[in-house]
Amino acid sequence: MKELFSILILAVLIENFVLSKFLGICPFLGVSQKTSTALGMSGAVIFVNTLASLVTYLVNDLLLKPNNLEYLQTIAFILVIAALVQFVEIVLKKLVPPLYKALGIYLPLITTNCAVLGSALINVDPSRNYSLLQAVFFGFSAALGFSLALILFSGIRERLETSDIPEFFKGMPIALIAASLVSVAFVGFAGLVI
Amino acid sequence: MDIIIPVTIVSGLGLFFGIGLAFASRVFAVKTDERIEKVKTLLPGANCGACGYSGCDGLAEAILKEGVSPSKCTVNTKEGTNAIAEYLGVDEGEVSQMVARVICEGTWRNAGKKYDYQGVQDCHAANMLSGGLSQCFYGCIGLGSCQHVCPFGAIEAINGLARVNPDKCTGCGICAAQCPKGIIKLVPVLTGYTVLCANHEKGGIAKKNCKVCCIGCMKCQKVCPNDAITVREYLAEIDYTKCVNCGKCAEVCPQSCIHDAMHERLPYEPDDEPQAADAG
Repeated sequence: MKELFSILILAVLIENFVLSKFLGICPFLGVSQKTSTALGMSGAVIFVNTLASLVTYLVNDLLLKPNNLEYLQTIAFILVIAALVQFVEIVLKKLVPPLYKALGIYLPLITTNCAVLGSALINVDPSRNYSLLQAVFFGFSAALGFSLALILFSGIRERLETSDIPEFFKGMPIALIAASLVSVAFVGFAGLVI
Repeated sequence: MDIIIPVTIVSGLGLFFGIGLAFASRVFAVKTDERIEKVKTLLPGANCGACGYSGCDGLAEAILKEGVSPSKCTVNTKEGTNAIAEYLGVDEGEVSQMVARVICEGTWRNAGKKYDYQGVQDCHAANMLSGGLSQCFYGCIGLGSCQHVCPFGAIEAINGLARVNPDKCTGCGICAAQCPKGIIKLVPVLTGYTVLCANHEKGGIAKKNCKVCCIGCMKCQKVCPNDAITVREYLAEIDYTKCVNCGKCAEVCPQSCIHDAMHERLPYEPDDEPQAADAG
């Protein structure tokens, strides 16, 4: 229980995927213009990341490690993640059409998102030695951290829309500067010992 | 030789997922309106969103369901936009048109007369006497109030039923506002299968009043692949956001009251006479 809590704090605050590890910047900057789209994207990432963590950990444990094939992790995990996302899209479209309509466009965006692959690879890092439960929970928390950063930033961007910004900073430049400032703020968690 | 195992594992994984996905796409297949697919291929396919809809998919759906004009796609060439209109079977300007549809097929042959009416030849007047001279309370009275107000001469009351001439109808909606039974509906021109009945009475009673009424038997509801048609109070209603225009409901309807109103017209009967009329 205590380990799970420390994994949560680690993934969400101390080693936030977007703001500390700089993974998943593409959707972070691309989808954060409105809070509603940010929420949709967050939901999709949490769903996919948790599932992907589970399946990739199992693939690593049952197929790759017994045959000393750890060097194949990147290829195998990308295969798993891509197939998983496609499968989720197909199932959602049939079983929960309203959810598919809300998340649908974002699901392909997450397929090659380095944050998902990143969390899958961290889960199987031998120095961390995660059990299955810890790995899945880490995937979940990492996605939660991603969502936190995304929603936080979307709020800031919505505020920037109505602010008086110099012409040459409008749009992406000021967004990047704001993102780096948020990232610096999160450095404050770096010394947290849990 | 050691390379065999990793190659097998990766190819095995790939094969497993490939087959799994193919299988899943079969099992979880969602039937879509095939017109949407074809329209999508006729659009540029850039998914730029300039039309204001979510990609070419979104615009194709809006063209078919909401009557949006294909010229909304500013990226497409003139030939491309015309090709879409041609495929849908309407003139280029007409794709985004609305058209009036009379939700009833109760001619005097199908639904009889309640009484011999000698009064003012106007549907509003007849409606005051027990809901009109048609045996079906909900159906078309057939005395031509709509015909009287149509500025384009596009609707005629013939043999107890108002019929819209889609070539003349401009979708102004004046007839729909006039109809005392409220059974003229304004729909996008591309709306296909429609339940042509407005009767809410129980099947047995409704059948006594009209030969081609909806009896609420739910055969259509059971056969629809997308749950687009539901029977509410003994009348089938189509949800056009789900309808894919496959026509299965029309095939199974025992009363033949569902028709592709875009392409089928109620045939004229040999003794059909137009109402004494002022062609508006």
